[in-house]
Amino acid sequence: MLSRTAENLFWIGRFIERAETRARLLQVGARNALMPNIGGGYRNEWESILASSGTATAFAEKYGDVVQRNVESHMFFDNDNPHSVASCITAARENGRIVRTALTGQVWDALNTAFQEMREMQRTERSQISLHDMTDWTMRIAAQVRGALAVSQLRNDGYRFIHLGFDVERADSTARLLDVKYYVLLPGVSYVGSGLDNFQWTTLLRSLSSYRSFGWAYGGEITAQKIAHFLILNPKCPRSLLTCILSASDHLDALARAYDRTSEAQTQVRGQLAELAEASVEDIFDEGLHEFLTRFIQQTAELSQAIHRSYLTGRTA
Amino acid sequence: MDNTAPGDPNFFNEMQTGGQVRAPYAGLESWSRDMPVELRSLKQSEAEALFRRIGITFAVYGEGGDPDRLIPFDMFPRVFAFDEWRRLERGIKQRARALNAFLCDVYGRGEIVRAGRMPARLVYLNEAYEKAVVGIRPPRDVYSHIVGIDLVRTGPDEFFVLEDNCRTPSGVSYMLENREIMMRMFPQLFQQNRIAPVETYPGALKRTLASVAPRKCEGEPKVVILTPGHFNSAYYEHTFLADQMGLELVEGQDLFVDGDFCWMKTTQGPQKVDVIYRRLDDAFLDPLCFRPDSMLGVPGLMNVYRSGGVALASAPGAGVADDKAIYTYVPEMIRFYLGEEPILNNVPTWQCARADDCAYVLEHLAELVVKEVHGSGGYGMLVGPASTSSQIEAFRAKIAEDPDNYIAQPTLALSTCPTFVDSGIAPRHVDLRPYCLVGREIELVPGGLTRVALTEGSLVVNSSQGGGVKDTWVLAE
Repeated sequence: MLSRTAENLFWIGRFIERAETRARLLQVGARNALMPNIGGGYRNEWESILASSGTATAFAEKYGDVVQRNVESHMFFDNDNPHSVASCITAARENGRIVRTALTGQVWDALNTAFQEMREMQRTERSQISLHDMTDWTMRIAAQVRGALAVSQLRNDGYRFIHLGFDVERADSTARLLDVKYYVLLPGVSYVGSGLDNFQWTTLLRSLSSYRSFGWAYGGEITAQKIAHFLILNPKCPRSLLTCILSASDHLDALARAYDRTSEAQTQVRGQLAELAEASVEDIFDEGLHEFLTRFIQQTAELSQAIHRSYLTGRTA
Repeated sequence: MDNTAPGDPNFFNEMQTGGQVRAPYAGLESWSRDMPVELRSLKQSEAEALFRRIGITFAVYGEGGDPDRLIPFDMFPRVFAFDEWRRLERGIKQRARALNAFLCDVYGRGEIVRAGRMPARLVYLNEAYEKAVVGIRPPRDVYSHIVGIDLVRTGPDEFFVLEDNCRTPSGVSYMLENREIMMRMFPQLFQQNRIAPVETYPGALKRTLASVAPRKCEGEPKVVILTPGHFNSAYYEHTFLADQMGLELVEGQDLFVDGDFCWMKTTQGPQKVDVIYRRLDDAFLDPLCFRPDSMLGVPGLMNVYRSGGVALASAPGAGVADDKAIYTYVPEMIRFYLGEEPILNNVPTWQCARADDCAYVLEHLAELVVKEVHGSGGYGMLVGPASTSSQIEAFRAKIAEDPDNYIAQPTLALSTCPTFVDSGIAPRHVDLRPYCLVGREIELVPGGLTRVALTEGSLVVNSSQGGGVKDTWVLAE
């Protein structure tokens, strides 16, 4: 497979996953905004959402006021924001258009339909579209792309690269969503364990479509420890860091078998996997959740680069 | 609504002459007559939705607007009888052979010039004459592997060649997709009429490309398609052909030269490439040989090509054969190289480079079509009868300034084919581009791209100028 094709496939996975993350962040923001603002910490819940998406500066320059409508525009519709849902969908479809021959008709159809519908939405009167329409739509089109891949795409190297894109991006985004909640949303340690805190944790779980799963898996009170375990270390949770890294490791192993050579990316992912497999929630809290997450995000970025060096430059055999 | 109106009697209507429906169209008469208006508009929007969903779109450079514009598709097919096609086929293949013989000759000994049958200046000082490939003999002596020949019809037996396209003629994806969509929407038409299939084209093209593997290639040749990239207006076609032929679609950045060969960068390391079907102009192929600022090409590619490490289709330099000034001499080429009489006629052409011709052209501008020698896509041309006097005067000044740059032809009475329009069905002018393949064998798929000028009375069929496309049928014997 052409290295460039593999790269485009990898980025289709990343952009679809990223679009979904933006929509989830919007959901967290909307629910949190319904909560009374006490404690004098952050003026506005939306600011933390912007901070976590890494686009607070660009937002301030273009929009100024941090109000829901502006955040929606910025995170959903804005073509100038490279991380908006619209930009991600456009980029995913553009990457798909470049490698059409490596995708089944059904997968291309899902990507192209998403793009056409997005353009339609951008032409629609804004008062006609609620935040829930936007987020539900995003989840649905992401599910359509995944579904089309699952039922129609050949299980070859291309399939692995798309899924590596999903895994790397999802690992990164779960870590970031957790980080927003723990590090940014809470101005002081005194809130940990309070009712306010629980409400926010619940919102986080909901935004990850994991509220019910969490109940099934743990039961009882929602505590920071349980949530951290669920979202970091539980291999049953489809969005946990361990699950993402495990899946990336599987795909890299499959590539190594298909190409009959091991890669630097495998070494990197195995290091991450070993650490997560041995870690306990206590270790993580001892290190500091924020510190742990920052390190994890850094490692995941290195994994992405290792994948690039191993497969996407095309010069080294 | 009188949907079989023959229209202006000055133009040959392909569906009916003298109130009689011509035989090839017999199967379409009741179909079009009995189709209710609602069904028609339903089918039309269905076709449009299909095109958009498949992603067949066409971008026009520098026009802004919708980057995903569709070329309008007209559902009324254009039909050729078997016998009509057989004659066209012979003429097209003859022309493709002569053009390749010419290319081989002018980059070799130049016999046609030595024999005094063509002026040396016209060939060797031609902008499209590529000095960098003088003396190179491409595999099987083929320079132009896909020859697109633009034809117009003016009567039952009168066909004229408007121009030849020897480099990388585009549009073949429309020929294939138009057929797919028609078969999907009107299956009964294909049961009632015996229509020769065109779906063999991708297989034939792949065979053709594999048959021109370079000298140094051992075993099964690795064939790839080289595209300028996804911003190119024909990118859809490039992906379509790659898909249909099961070939890798590469960009310049995916290829590199190492030693005597050209390689592509893959997830498993470098892989040797033997034949490149390039959809990239000569000028951009190799920055070390042609334009040094090209980011789209592969540095060193021409060295590998020269030493027989890779084959290029079409071969660099092929452009000199489809130059509009050379065009006049194609009948002469057919006589000189093949010893045959041309089966298809050229349109009579005045070369403004000749003083006599130029004087005639300047006197008759209002009746003529004037074209730039190197122009394409319907840009930079004057259609005398359709122009205002100030447009004509402006063009007169341009010709006087640089006569070598222009040729002129009479305004041809292009045939018409019934076409769905807002008010019903009306005749609209059409042309035809068949795609002839030249490799070990010469092949022509029975069909081509019919372009239609959708504006009433217009003779310009280019998609960049508001033209549309039709499915083109050749009835089986």
